[in-house]
Amino acid sequence: MSKRTVEVHWKGHHGAYVEGLNKALAKSDILYGYTLDDLVKVTYNNGNPSPDFNNAAQVWNHDFFWESMQPGGGDMPELGMLEQIEKDFGSFTNFRDKFAETALTLFGSGWVWLVLKREEQRLEVVKTQNAVTPIVWGDIPIINLDMWEHAYYLDYKNDKENYVNAFMDHLVSWNMAMARLAHAEAFVNLGEPKIPIA
Amino acid sequence: MCKLSSIGDLNKYYVMLARKPGELLFQHSHSHLYYTLGFSAERYYPEYCLVLGQQRLIKFNIVRERGLTEREKENGCSSSAAAVTTANPLTCSLFPSQGLRGTTSGLQWTKRQCTRKASALTVTAKFELKPPPYPMDALEPHMSKDTFEYHWGKHHRAYVNNLNKQIEGTELDETLLDDAVLITYNKGDPLPAFNNAAQAWNHEFFWESMKPGGGGKPSGQLLQLIERDFGSFDKFVEEFKSAAATQFGSGWAWLVYKANRLDVGNAVNPCPSEEDKKLVIVKSPNAVNPLVWDYYPLLTIDVWEHAYYVDFQNRRPDYISTFMEKLVSWDAVSARLEVAMARAAEREIEEARKRKEEEEGNFTDKEPAEIFIDGVADDSETD
Repeated sequence: MSKRTVEVHWKGHHGAYVEGLNKALAKSDILYGYTLDDLVKVTYNNGNPSPDFNNAAQVWNHDFFWESMQPGGGDMPELGMLEQIEKDFGSFTNFRDKFAETALTLFGSGWVWLVLKREEQRLEVVKTQNAVTPIVWGDIPIINLDMWEHAYYLDYKNDKENYVNAFMDHLVSWNMAMARLAHAEAFVNLGEPKIPIA
Repeated sequence: MCKLSSIGDLNKYYVMLARKPGELLFQHSHSHLYYTLGFSAERYYPEYCLVLGQQRLIKFNIVRERGLTEREKENGCSSSAAAVTTANPLTCSLFPSQGLRGTTSGLQWTKRQCTRKASALTVTAKFELKPPPYPMDALEPHMSKDTFEYHWGKHHRAYVNNLNKQIEGTELDETLLDDAVLITYNKGDPLPAFNNAAQAWNHEFFWESMKPGGGGKPSGQLLQLIERDFGSFDKFVEEFKSAAATQFGSGWAWLVYKANRLDVGNAVNPCPSEEDKKLVIVKSPNAVNPLVWDYYPLLTIDVWEHAYYVDFQNRRPDYISTFMEKLVSWDAVSARLEVAMARAAEREIEEARKRKEEEEGNFTDKEPAEIFIDGVADDSETD
C-alpha cells in the first residue's frame, strides 16, 4: 500500500469524514456527549440511520482499518487466534479463501470483516455496504478490509484480487487481531479455558 | 415484451429496410443494436413485421444514424439508416430505389407469415462492448486517457463479459439491454444479472453523455424546460452537482424526464397537461438506474470512485464541476429529450385509446338492459 494511497486515504477521505462529523456534533448538544462507538450505534438507529451515521461510522471504520494493519504484517496468526480460526473455519486457508471471496463479491462500496458473533459465539466473515459496521448488531469485529475503491485504486486500479492478497500476505496485523479477540473473550464465552493438569 | 410504441399510423413511423437477415442496421437512441428480422424480432415484435416482396421490414419509431462497427465494415455492410422526424411520411433516404415514398399501398402486411430465410449470418445474442463515440484521449485534459483505458477497457468490459456469461442459455439471451435491465431488476428483488446488465447500460449511456469540447449551456426546448422546472440553468447545475456529491458510496446522478402516472387501478389524471411532465434530478446507488422507476433518463454522471480516482483522487466536487463545465454533451441530452417526449406522448395516446375501448366495451354490455323511454337512441356508442 503506497505512501500516496495512505496520504490521500487518511488525510483526504478519513479526514473529510472526521471534519464532517465534528461539524455535525458542533450543532447537536445531545450527540456531542457520546463516545464514538455509541455515536455509531445511536445514529444507526436500528436500521433507520440518521444523516450523521455515514460520517460517524466511516470514522470508526477507518480508525479500525489503520489499526488492523501493520508494517511487516500478514503471515499467519498464532496461538489462540489460529486455534479459534481453525475451530470456526476448518483451516486457515479456508478462512483466507472465504475472506478473499467475500471481498471480491462485494458490489459497490463496502467493507469486509472478520467478526466474532456474539450470539453464535463464533468467528465469521461478513461484508457490509457503504458505511455499515457490525458493531451496530452487537458483534465484535476482529479485523476489517476497506473495499471502497478509494482504498486500492491508486495502487491496483481495478485489480481487487491483488489488493486483497497483498493485504492478507503483507499488511494484516494478527497481533492486533489477537488483542481484540482476547478483549472480546471477556464478553463472549468461547469455551472453557484449558487448565493444564499439574 | 414490446417496448416500442403502438402501431398507429404507418406514416408516422419509420420503416427500415432489411437488406439481409442478421444485418446490423441502426441504433436506437439509447444506443442498443437493433438487428434486422431474425428470430428475436419476430418473436417480440410480430406486429412490426411485414413483407415487401422478398424483403422483410421492421418498423421502429425513433432511430438515429450511427457509424458501422469494425465488424460490419469487414462484412461489407454499407452505411446504416438515417433518422427521420415524425412529420415526414416515409422520406427515409434508404427508400429511393424501393419507390416507397409517400405510398403505403405497396406494402403487404403479413403478420407472422414471414418466411424465414435460412441465414448464413447468425444473429449473435450476446451484448457487445460498444466503444465511446470518441477516441480515448479525446476528453483530455478533463478526463484522462488513462482513466478511459481502465474505466472503459477494464470496468465496462468486465460488466459486459460477465453479463454475457450470466445470461448464456437463458431467455435474457435474446432481449435488448433495456429490457434485460428491467427484467433482472425484478421489481425490486434483483436477479444476479442485474448488476452487470444495469452497469453495462449505465456506462454506455455515460460515454454518450459526454463529448470533446462539451459543457456550456443547452438551448432550445431543453433549456426552456430546465428553466421551467428548476428556475434557472444555474440552479439546475447546483442541484445536479449537489446530488452527485451527496450520493454516498458508489452510484450515479441523473437528469430524467418524468412523465409517468400512478399505476393505480383507474387513477386517471383528470386534466392531463404538459405541466405534469417534468425534468427531475435523481440519484441512485450502485447499479440502479431510473429505467426501473419508469423515468426517461437524459443525462448521467458516474460517481463510482473508479470514474474519477485516477484524475481527481478524492476531490469528487472538482470532478463534477469539470464534468458540467467541460464534458457534458447537451446535444445528446436534447436528442434524448425529444425521444422521451415523443414516447411519452405516444404512450398517452395508446392509453387513452385503450381506456376508450374499455368504456365502449362496457356500454355495449349494458345496452340490452337499458330501455329508451324517450325513444332517443344512443347512437354515440355504436361504432
